[in-house]
Amino acid sequence: MGLEATTGRLADAVAWARKYSLFTYPFATACCAMEYMSLMGPRYDVARYGAEFPRFSPRQADMLLVVGTITERQAPVLKRIYDQICEPKWVVSFGVCASSGGFYQNYTTLPGIDHVIPVDVYIPGCPPRPEQVLDALVMLQDKIQRHDGYSQRMIELEKREAQMKKKKKHGSSTETSA
Amino acid sequence: MSKAALDRLVEHLRDGVISTHAHRGDETAVIDRSLIRSACLWLRDTEGLEFNMLSDLTAVDYYTMGREPRFEVVYHLHSLTLKQRLRVKVGVPEEDPVVDTVCDIWQVANWCEREVWDLYGIRFKDHPDMRRILMYEEFDGHPLRKDYPKDKRQPLYRRPQHEIDEALAGRPGSGHRPGFGPRNLLES
Repeated sequence: MGLEATTGRLADAVAWARKYSLFTYPFATACCAMEYMSLMGPRYDVARYGAEFPRFSPRQADMLLVVGTITERQAPVLKRIYDQICEPKWVVSFGVCASSGGFYQNYTTLPGIDHVIPVDVYIPGCPPRPEQVLDALVMLQDKIQRHDGYSQRMIELEKREAQMKKKKKHGSSTETSA
Repeated sequence: MSKAALDRLVEHLRDGVISTHAHRGDETAVIDRSLIRSACLWLRDTEGLEFNMLSDLTAVDYYTMGREPRFEVVYHLHSLTLKQRLRVKVGVPEEDPVVDTVCDIWQVANWCEREVWDLYGIRFKDHPDMRRILMYEEFDGHPLRKDYPKDKRQPLYRRPQHEIDEALAGRPGSGHRPGFGPRNLLES
């Protein structure tokens, strides 16, 4: 019982550390990238939230920021980038094009990146204001603290399943020995 | 602007010219499809014309207007030395959408012709590399044709259905539904 409480607190502490040190991978494809630049700049200064470090390798990032229109042809690339990011990882969809396809309704544009990868936070706007992005970042931080990010839940689930398997195996072996 | 050039082209091709028009300096000649190569070579190499640059090569689909022939391939020519422009068009019927290539006359035509093939499905005879240029090879059809359904989707990557189902099933212990996808909105 005591151990459980301690591990619970440890997980919370880890989540606290994670939410203030998000390394972003900016998957910037379109005009929203301009707003992303102002977000990074001194005026809005995302560094105040601990997410100032853009990493241009998915291996070193935990937050995938999809900035701009994604075409059907880019969808497999985006999926691959997402798969390459180490867990736990979070996805923020920056602007309406990434979230829903925006004003594009045609043969070439992906109607929302959620057709390809799971998204944690959507930011509306064409493009969104930097304040909106900061708001989204705070929302994401809350989500991380609640252990509620998609990949966090998946990790938790895998752990549970492994435990259950172990228990079952253990249980069945004791049965046979008895 | 280049009325003289248009007049010379008409004089040179005679019956090969189907129609001409000019509106505020956009001298245009619609010529016979079979003559396009010889006409382009002549326009490039004749003194006083010297159309040494192909500034654009594109196509038009007149499907909704019911015009015959259905397609038109448009050549925008520009002379850098004489600073004049000329537009040449050829009609292309739907049953036989083939035009001779002008790749060897202006090298830029290579990619332009690939684009026209990709989006309109018009082939260019003797083109060295007639592949799609913008869309992916798996793509079916030519999307800028007017009879291509405007909201038809051909996803290149499909998320496996079981992945979507799992994500929507509500995970034990999470207390929250995974928040992604319009389906999530519908169900809640």
